[in-house]
Amino acid sequence: MSEEVDLSRRRLLTTATALTGAIGVVFTATPFLASWKPSARAKALGAPIEIDLSQLELGSMLKVEWRGKPVWVVRRTPEMLKQLESATPFLLDPASDGSVQPDYAKNVSRARNPEFLVVLGVCTHLGCSPLPKFEPADVTVSADWPGGFYCPCHGSKFDLSGRVFKGVPAPANLTVPPYTFLTDTRVMVGSDTPQTA
Amino acid sequence: MGNDHHTTSQASGLWGWINARFPLDKMLKEHVTEYYAPKNFNYWYVFGVLSLVVLVIQLVSGIFLTMNYKPAAADAFASVEYIMRDVEWGWLIRYMHSTGASAFFIVVYLHMFRALMYGSYRAPRELLWIFGMLIYLCLMAEAFMGYLLPWGNMSYWGAQVIVSLFGTIPVIGDSLSEWIKGDYFISDITLNRFFALHVIAIPLILVFLVVAHILALHEVGSNNPDGVEIKKHKNADGHPLDGIPFHPYMTVKDLWGISVFLLIYCGIIFFAPTFGGLFLESPNFDPANPMQTPPHIAPVWYFTPFYAMLRAVPSFAGTQVWGVLVMFGAIALLFFLPWLDKSPVKSIRYKGPITKIALALFAVSFVVLAYCGMKPPSPTLLLTSRIFTAVYFAFFLLMPWYSRIDAVKPVPERVTYHVH
Amino acid sequence: MFIKKFAQALVATALLLPAFAQANEGASLPPAGNDIRNEASLQRGARNFMNYCSGCHSAKYVRYNRVAADLHIGAAELKKNLMFTSEKPADTIVSALAAADAKKWFGTMPPDLSLIARSRGTPYLSAFLHSFYRDPSRPTGVNNTMLPGTAMPHVLSVLQGVQNAVFKTEDGKPEFEKFELIDKGSLTPEQYDEFVRDTVNFLEYMGEPIQAQREDLGVWVMLFLLVFAGFAYLLYKEYWRVVH
Repeated sequence: MSEEVDLSRRRLLTTATALTGAIGVVFTATPFLASWKPSARAKALGAPIEIDLSQLELGSMLKVEWRGKPVWVVRRTPEMLKQLESATPFLLDPASDGSVQPDYAKNVSRARNPEFLVVLGVCTHLGCSPLPKFEPADVTVSADWPGGFYCPCHGSKFDLSGRVFKGVPAPANLTVPPYTFLTDTRVMVGSDTPQTA
Repeated sequence: MGNDHHTTSQASGLWGWINARFPLDKMLKEHVTEYYAPKNFNYWYVFGVLSLVVLVIQLVSGIFLTMNYKPAAADAFASVEYIMRDVEWGWLIRYMHSTGASAFFIVVYLHMFRALMYGSYRAPRELLWIFGMLIYLCLMAEAFMGYLLPWGNMSYWGAQVIVSLFGTIPVIGDSLSEWIKGDYFISDITLNRFFALHVIAIPLILVFLVVAHILALHEVGSNNPDGVEIKKHKNADGHPLDGIPFHPYMTVKDLWGISVFLLIYCGIIFFAPTFGGLFLESPNFDPANPMQTPPHIAPVWYFTPFYAMLRAVPSFAGTQVWGVLVMFGAIALLFFLPWLDKSPVKSIRYKGPITKIALALFAVSFVVLAYCGMKPPSPTLLLTSRIFTAVYFAFFLLMPWYSRIDAVKPVPERVTYHVH
Repeated sequence: MFIKKFAQALVATALLLPAFAQANEGASLPPAGNDIRNEASLQRGARNFMNYCSGCHSAKYVRYNRVAADLHIGAAELKKNLMFTSEKPADTIVSALAAADAKKWFGTMPPDLSLIARSRGTPYLSAFLHSFYRDPSRPTGVNNTMLPGTAMPHVLSVLQGVQNAVFKTEDGKPEFEKFELIDKGSLTPEQYDEFVRDTVNFLEYMGEPIQAQREDLGVWVMLFLLVFAGFAYLLYKEYWRVVH
């Protein structure tokens, strides 16, 4: 090897090649990582759903599945709405500061229209599905039960707006998904605005 | 962490900590930075590292395909279209894998041809050659099983034909064919087991064989286009005079070679992913239909030379097994190459005209047979296939004779090197 | 330098291989003449497909919202002009034809057309749609020179018209010579050609919706790789400069 090794040129070219190569690696990795995003089929299956409320009686609840989770719609009576005020001293987070809901559900009734509660039926403790216990003083819960939801797994309690009680394992109010009323009796769950796609 | 327990001059820091517990530095020196490769490598020598690159491409793209592919007859075809349309960038991952499969064979065939030219299978590299042949066998099995997975109509009927070959073996044939299928016909059961073999069993074996292949190479050192053993002439440091450290010299040369490969590979993926129906065959865009055979069944191009040989051999004594034997024999002969070549010299550069013509005829016969295997049968094609099957076999079977009587040129002591 | 020349010959042969393969498929049919980058043509083709084909043929791997996004069709127009059997744009294109009815009326279920352009090729599809002719011996009253004995009726006869096939006898075997129009359709031959071209265009799009974007991205990928290869080459040359 009689010629001089030009270290600086070697370094320059190595850096240029390595840099380009690194960019190439990022370009190549991107499609693989992006392929983990929800596919068109997942988005199709997870698209907002329409629920018909015309058959829902006052005081009862319907259940629909969306994105693999139960969505509950409760048609609340005026009495049930009155209970909401008296529940406040029992509640951990009556103003829904620490829970997940759209802005229009950050109120006492946790709903756009107080008559209809739209909420995800997933206990915020460990994910079980709570049971509806709408009757006040329901003996299967407690004598001073104001009415709401009771989770059988570890005893968490929620009021008729899905707000969590103090002293139970669940840390937060039930989640309210985005939703919107298409008509008075049709609600679309999964989107804040009416969507066709 | 920093201070290790050895009193000799050991590196400090994290590197020292690792190397006191694992032979990392030792392995890097032995196999990369102080592995001396002949400096007269030409571009035929890039196909080994390209094979490794394609193996990695197939493994990574294959893993990501497996995340969305469904190995059941009812779902497989639809799951491939799901990948092509619904999964973000799924189409790219699929094309990487389908193009990679063909690229693997192109690169491996050229890699093998290099060995034929320069005598890289000769002593002391016979085991290296055998490991390579075992890799080739695994690769063929892997490609065959992988091709069933899309569950297209060519997948189905191609598998049907090939598995039936096993049925031609006398006495055990039918049971063997049924055992391979796990059912009375190519079914969901066959698909599922081929999936298991394709996704994990053969890849594991392949990786092990590739490691063995490289270790066997490094144990004796690489051959070179002159067939000269560079370890015969060493300098004062004990390094071959005609050798250069693999890193950085071969690493930068291979990087350049890899970039050219990527240009061709990506050119195909982005502009001609079906490659005129050679890499992704049209009938395979129809789902598997046991009631309707494609108008023309042919295996994928990398199997067609052997398919042509199979069709060239007629039925005899009521059985078709002879064609099967010829086909397997064509591959088996390759294993014996180190012992068929009786020439006193390794490389074609110093061999005589007979060997050069023989090798050229072998290459031509491989290509012609490949073409014949793609086409529907015809009398001309049959005759051509028979002639060139004979040429292919003659290359091997006559080698002990012509390699001995052929002229040889004097082999230099040192490699012939042209400044780059 | 025998090896070099020989290697060059091998490479040249290898590059011819796609030609060998193509010779296998769809030989001697004229190209369909469609351009998947012609958006207007694709939009017309989508309308043609939904109006004339989707009644019997599904395209079960194709989503309406994907067609709308790729062809730049608005949501309202999609719902009004293209969606007849589905409510949700994320749905795939399914035909209203029940399998049992198909078996009864046609003897077979009309094939799904998502991938027909990839499996048969656009030249064949174009020729097929031009090759229906009157054949009283068939239950549908028509036959097709590209697929003799087809169970498919001549759905587009209202547009193309009806033609007779003229056969000439060669060595005792009837050979197709030409078509003769006996009843005019609502389109002129040129208009019908465009109709078929647009429809085949849409079929090609459905076969691989990503095709245009794939090629566009490919240009950038090649440019990047050229830059990388350039650096890699210079790096290699710089190191090997000192090897003698």
